[in-house]
Amino acid sequence: MIASFLEAYTAPRREIPRRVYLTVSALVGLGGLLAWCALSYGGLVRSDFLPTPVAVLQAGIDMARDGSLLVNTTASVTEIMSGFIIASLISVPLGILMGSFKIVEAAVEPVTNFVRYLPVSALIPLLILWVGIGIEEKIAVIFIGTFFQQLILIADVSRGVSQDLLDVSYTLGADRRTVVTRVLIPATMPGVMDTLRVTLGWAWTYLVVAELVAGNKGLGYLILNASRGLFTDQIFLGIMVIGLLGLISDQLFKLIRDWLLPWASNP
Amino acid sequence: MGKLRIDNVVLRFTPRMGRPVTALDRISLEVDENEFSVIVGPSGCGKSSLLRLVAGLIQPTAGAIYLDGKLVTRPGKDRGMVFQSYTLFPWLTVQDNLEFGLKLGGMAAEERAAVARRFIAEVGLEGFERAYPKQLSGGMMQRVALARALANDPDILLMDEPFGALDSQTRSLMQELLLKIWEHSHKTVLFITHDIDEAILLGDRVHVMTARPGRIKAEVAIDIPRPRSVGVLTADEFIVIKRRIMALIHEEAVRAMS
Repeated sequence: MIASFLEAYTAPRREIPRRVYLTVSALVGLGGLLAWCALSYGGLVRSDFLPTPVAVLQAGIDMARDGSLLVNTTASVTEIMSGFIIASLISVPLGILMGSFKIVEAAVEPVTNFVRYLPVSALIPLLILWVGIGIEEKIAVIFIGTFFQQLILIADVSRGVSQDLLDVSYTLGADRRTVVTRVLIPATMPGVMDTLRVTLGWAWTYLVVAELVAGNKGLGYLILNASRGLFTDQIFLGIMVIGLLGLISDQLFKLIRDWLLPWASNP
Repeated sequence: MGKLRIDNVVLRFTPRMGRPVTALDRISLEVDENEFSVIVGPSGCGKSSLLRLVAGLIQPTAGAIYLDGKLVTRPGKDRGMVFQSYTLFPWLTVQDNLEFGLKLGGMAAEERAAVARRFIAEVGLEGFERAYPKQLSGGMMQRVALARALANDPDILLMDEPFGALDSQTRSLMQELLLKIWEHSHKTVLFITHDIDEAILLGDRVHVMTARPGRIKAEVAIDIPRPRSVGVLTADEFIVIKRRIMALIHEEAVRAMS
């Protein structure tokens, strides 16, 4: 029994039955929930350190009722989407050019490689000075957090387009301009979509940093504010909503990719 | 005078770190109109670079290449190419892949649809017009690549080990298909391979290349009558030619080792 189990499930990369896969996922999820229940209800951890699942749910219901959940979520989604969309609108074309034209790479890459290692939080004082403490500051944090990473990743996607694919286009009569617009750009699209999907996830991780400064709404603000009063149930709720929204946006991206690029093979 | 004339071509390049390398050393050869010419040589002998030079994708350090007496300076649709790697446009259907070049050439929609259909039929892929490349096998993708190059009606077809990535059964089928297509088009072809059998089976003439620096060592006329099929691989005349080419290559290998 154990021998056959090891035989079946210890081979690298071997597919396992869907049923087994789902069972394992469910068991781990359930195990986590059970451990949480045991720790909180069992009184092993104080409730101001670890709230009970029901308390978190109750906090959610309360905040949904008084409308603050919606207000905070809307504020955060607006900030994330604004920062992310502005970053993407610039990084996609610039990244494609950077990966395929050495002259653009020479101009952009050194600066990018410097900036992308700077912790965004270290730039906040400057951002306050330059753009103030309003929503612009939040959008700027999200922008800086995602833009430079996107740029490097999209340049790599562009660099990765097969030389033979470009060359065959020339032998079919395409000129440089046509090769860029009709071959290079479409060829980068699956990689661009994957990059956007990954970096949107990263954008969510900057939310709390973005709302650290002079916030009065948003999920990050909600978490920070709750921590001042040791309302751990609200902290948990904020974290879970961020996680859930991240998950939803990720799945949406997956759907959009399949819908826009049905010809692309899956990563 | 040949349709394609490669005249004393030298290709030298300097790696980022290291000394200049002479990849091709004074290569001269001619390909006649309607001739199926093959260059056979070991990996790394620069035969792919030679084909890219003819395509105009890279420029020679010295020497010149002429097609129909005109100096080759840049790529153009008069020199169609089939690569070893899969080069179909993944976002276009089989039909649209074939129409890509025709559309650039300004052919009317109806006419190009008809041309594409004719060449899809020629490579035996009727029914796959609307398929995307990801739905095709390796052999099918190379058939589409061949059809796409032919549909554009180039003056010469350049083939860079087009069947090199395929399994041996599929490769045989592709060779037979190419022989059949060539039989009724007699397109001028310059074909590159490291497979001696493939060279003799397909070619009217085989140029044997040596490695480092790449030179043309010998030129062998293949007088096996056409139409040919993979059956000739075991014919006596085939074996005689093969032995000769193998001796030439072996000689070179021994020289390189010493």
